[in-house]
Amino acid sequence: MTRLSWFNVVSLTLGFAFLYIPMLILIIFSFNESKLVTVWAGFSTKWYGELMQNEAFLNAAWVTVKVAVMSSTLATVLGTMAAYVMVRGGRFMGRTLFSGMIYAPLVMPEVITGLSLLLLFIGIGLDRGVLTIVLAHTTFSMCYVSVVVSSRLVTFDRSLEEAALDLGCSPAEAFRLVTLPIIAPAVISGWLLAFTLSLDDLVIASFTSGPSATTLPIKIFSAVRLGVSPEINALSTIMIAIVTVGVITASLVSKRAMVRQKQEEQAAARTT
Amino acid sequence: MRRAVLIAIPYAWLLALFLVPFGIVLKISLSDTAIAIPPYVPTLDLAEGWAGFRAFLSELDFENFVWLTEDDLYWKAYLSSLKIALISTIFTLLVGYPMAYGMARAPEEWRPTLMMLVILPFWTSFLIRVYAWMGILSNEGFLNQALLWLGVIGEPLALLNTNTAVYIGIVYTYLPFMILPIYAALDRLDGSLIEAAEDLGCSRLQAFWLVTIPLSRPGIIAGSFLVFIPVLGEFVIPSLLGGSGTLMIGKVLWEEFFSNRDWPVASAVAVVLLLILVIPIVLFQRNQQKQAEAEQ
Amino acid sequence: MGDIVSSTVFEPWTDPQAEPLIRFRNVTKRFGSFTAIDDLTLDIYEKEFFALLGPSGCGKTTMMRMLAGFENPTEGSIELAGRDIANVPPNKRAVNMMFQSYALFPHLNIWDNIAFGLRRDKMPKVDLEARVEEMLKLTRLEKFAKRKPHQISGGQRQRVALARSLAKAPKLLLLDEPLGALDKKLRQDTQFELMDIQEKTGTTFVIVTHDQEEAMTVASRVAVMDEGHLMQVATPDRIYENPESVYVADFIGDVNIIQGRASAVGGETYSIDWAEGQGQLTATSATSFDNGQTCHLAIRPEKVTITADRPEVADNVVQGRVHDIAYLGNLSTYHVELPNGTIIKAQTANTRRISRRSFTWEDPVWLSWTATAGVLLAN
Ligand SMILES: Nc1ncnc2c1ncn2[C@@H]1O[C@H](COP(=O)(O)OP(=O)(O)OP(=O)(O)O)[C@@H](O)[C@H]1O
Ligand SMILES: [Mg+2]
Repeated sequence: MTRLSWFNVVSLTLGFAFLYIPMLILIIFSFNESKLVTVWAGFSTKWYGELMQNEAFLNAAWVTVKVAVMSSTLATVLGTMAAYVMVRGGRFMGRTLFSGMIYAPLVMPEVITGLSLLLLFIGIGLDRGVLTIVLAHTTFSMCYVSVVVSSRLVTFDRSLEEAALDLGCSPAEAFRLVTLPIIAPAVISGWLLAFTLSLDDLVIASFTSGPSATTLPIKIFSAVRLGVSPEINALSTIMIAIVTVGVITASLVSKRAMVRQKQEEQAAARTT
Repeated sequence: MRRAVLIAIPYAWLLALFLVPFGIVLKISLSDTAIAIPPYVPTLDLAEGWAGFRAFLSELDFENFVWLTEDDLYWKAYLSSLKIALISTIFTLLVGYPMAYGMARAPEEWRPTLMMLVILPFWTSFLIRVYAWMGILSNEGFLNQALLWLGVIGEPLALLNTNTAVYIGIVYTYLPFMILPIYAALDRLDGSLIEAAEDLGCSRLQAFWLVTIPLSRPGIIAGSFLVFIPVLGEFVIPSLLGGSGTLMIGKVLWEEFFSNRDWPVASAVAVVLLLILVIPIVLFQRNQQKQAEAEQ
Repeated sequence: MGDIVSSTVFEPWTDPQAEPLIRFRNVTKRFGSFTAIDDLTLDIYEKEFFALLGPSGCGKTTMMRMLAGFENPTEGSIELAGRDIANVPPNKRAVNMMFQSYALFPHLNIWDNIAFGLRRDKMPKVDLEARVEEMLKLTRLEKFAKRKPHQISGGQRQRVALARSLAKAPKLLLLDEPLGALDKKLRQDTQFELMDIQEKTGTTFVIVTHDQEEAMTVASRVAVMDEGHLMQVATPDRIYENPESVYVADFIGDVNIIQGRASAVGGETYSIDWAEGQGQLTATSATSFDNGQTCHLAIRPEKVTITADRPEVADNVVQGRVHDIAYLGNLSTYHVELPNGTIIKAQTANTRRISRRSFTWEDPVWLSWTATAGVLLAN
């Protein structure tokens, strides 16, 4: 299927224009001289400068990154365990409930997840702050990690683990030396997914954060409610830039790895 | 032994931080509002033992749920959420399908790039993507400027803070969720099937309608649910792009909780929303399962 | 189809003093309600090359997995060198397995794959390197040491799997259809290689195979299985020449089965009534049959002589027409139809060119065989 008709070309062009023009406008106007975000008044980077002076935003950014690193790491560990249990655990009591609890958070409206966690934290008298956000984020992102990792595990040839056991590994060694290296790409993408989900989250963080810990999305949301501001544009531009660089780097790295593997294979074929 | 620990850790975590909170929501939805800390009664007093528990149980009732049916704000909000979710799912499909189709027909070497272009917005902050539309849709925003300049309209349209803005925002932010499963289905589709259909006398359009669409149906269904389900409980888009006339249940719940501090009613709203969600979630699961079986 | 170690008589199973290396005692394995292995008892001796043969799903892999420690018997016990191994986990057993799928670790190169098991034993670096090099040399893989598994051919992969499982010098090596993925030529080469390695290392091999010819070629003893039961355990030549049941006779090689009723003639000789209007057949049998008992005479096609004229002296003679001829190159198999419709196969060596063949379709022929040519079986 490689015959692009005019219809395909038009729909792709319009579609990608729709996806990218809003972001482009956002970026362009972060360099606007004027406070008005809709009228171009000349190039300037002053909003970036102002952003760098804004203690509140910087603090929130720091909290957000801290929360994201902690929760995504914890979620990766728990999610990988959950995936392993789901795929390799065999039968155990309450397995259906377990798999239900893994999948439910994926489709649960954020308002409900946030509300229920908040009520729990209040119920047990846990002060809201960084810890509660980390707990909340870990809970829903571990489910995403588990889905990503288990989709890799189901295609994983079980006899590899058995071979490792057969050659003298304890089950833990077999996991560390054989399973983990092979599923590592899935685990890493699970971590990245959890990290982004945590960075992005507004609703659950709003419910579970306290006055001592405000995350960047919460800060942005309360600023944006009052209307459009060039400072937010500047902040958005920075965030978009980071993500873009990240995604492009990741895809280049994986592409290079693929090319290298192909070269190795060819080199190997020559020496046969 | 080791296996038991491995199972127990994630299990206990999910029980404590997913199921138990849920039980609490259910319980509070049966309680009454009070001016107290926490702002509801009854609270369970374990010190009183069994009698305390009985007293506690006897005070629970369905008052809040009755309230949801009496005040038309709530059922209107549920209905309007369903309507918005349904309509925006259809729009997303109408925009997403042609894109996925175009991607599947694009030359092999372009596809990874196109794929990346679809995924990139997905990794970008949701909030920022919604925010981007605020500047475009406002009265003096770019869309109005452009339309005025083109002479299509005489005076600015009120777009921001309307349902139209909400639809645009939803289609924009959820588009990748629609494109990816459809593209996956189309990508698997064997090109020779179309050729066979054409060989058997179909026109291009007929072949598309009779072969491509039915074979990409699992992707269409998956994509539609992936949009419909989360949109139903959406909060950010209606609160940033919608106006006072935009009723969505996620927003109602938020306000009930944060503005009115009526925790029991907020909990009841959550319970009903969840009951509504059960149907599409079950249908979605069934679709996924069927697809998984078909692939084996 | 000879025994490999025929030069020095190697028959520990005939020696009541010999201690078996592996001992299955009344082993039953169930998966849910399904019985995969049914009350099976079997001894395997040190340095044996033991083949498990049987149709798909008869429980061969299950036997192997119980030996390797991936499954536990539901009932009964398995002993390895006199020790019950029920509670020994796979990583603590002096048993290594070569997997049906090879199960080479894709993230490690060939060298590291082979070294994998040795590293688990914390073998000193110098010894480890020497051992890996030795294994590479044994399996002629020196050139490929630095490659990843996906960069070598199927046959080479199979040798890596073999080297990896041999590296730890296990007491027992399990090979689950090791040659299944190879083409016929490579397969035959590898069979001899395997036998060679087995002889050099003195390891006990248990091999699973679908292929009866392979089992006959490599094994010191063959076990024929069916639905979780052992049908017969014997040396390849005995399995072939003296099957104990119709099932085994039929499973191994080509055979004519003639059903009839036995009546004792005297000594170990029986005459068999087998069809209306046909003369009685004569056969000898060490097992005794009652008069009138149903019996099956199993005769290999190569033991049936085909002639144009009635042979003068023969224990058994029947007449028929050539119904079909299967030309196999070195051999031809004639399918001869008797007047009552029975088809009997006779095989002759093609010592002449095909155009000079003595018989052709529809020719009337005589078939004859001696009283000792066939085996008389009860079931
Ligand atoms: N884990 C299991 N659960 C349920 N049934 C099983 C399991 N493993 C094997 N079986 C069943 O046990 C029987 C024997 O299986 P086994 O794998 O030992 O057969 P096999 O002789 O190796 O066959 P093949 O020659 O096809 O490899 C089969 O009917 C199989 O379906
Ligand atoms: Mg098998």
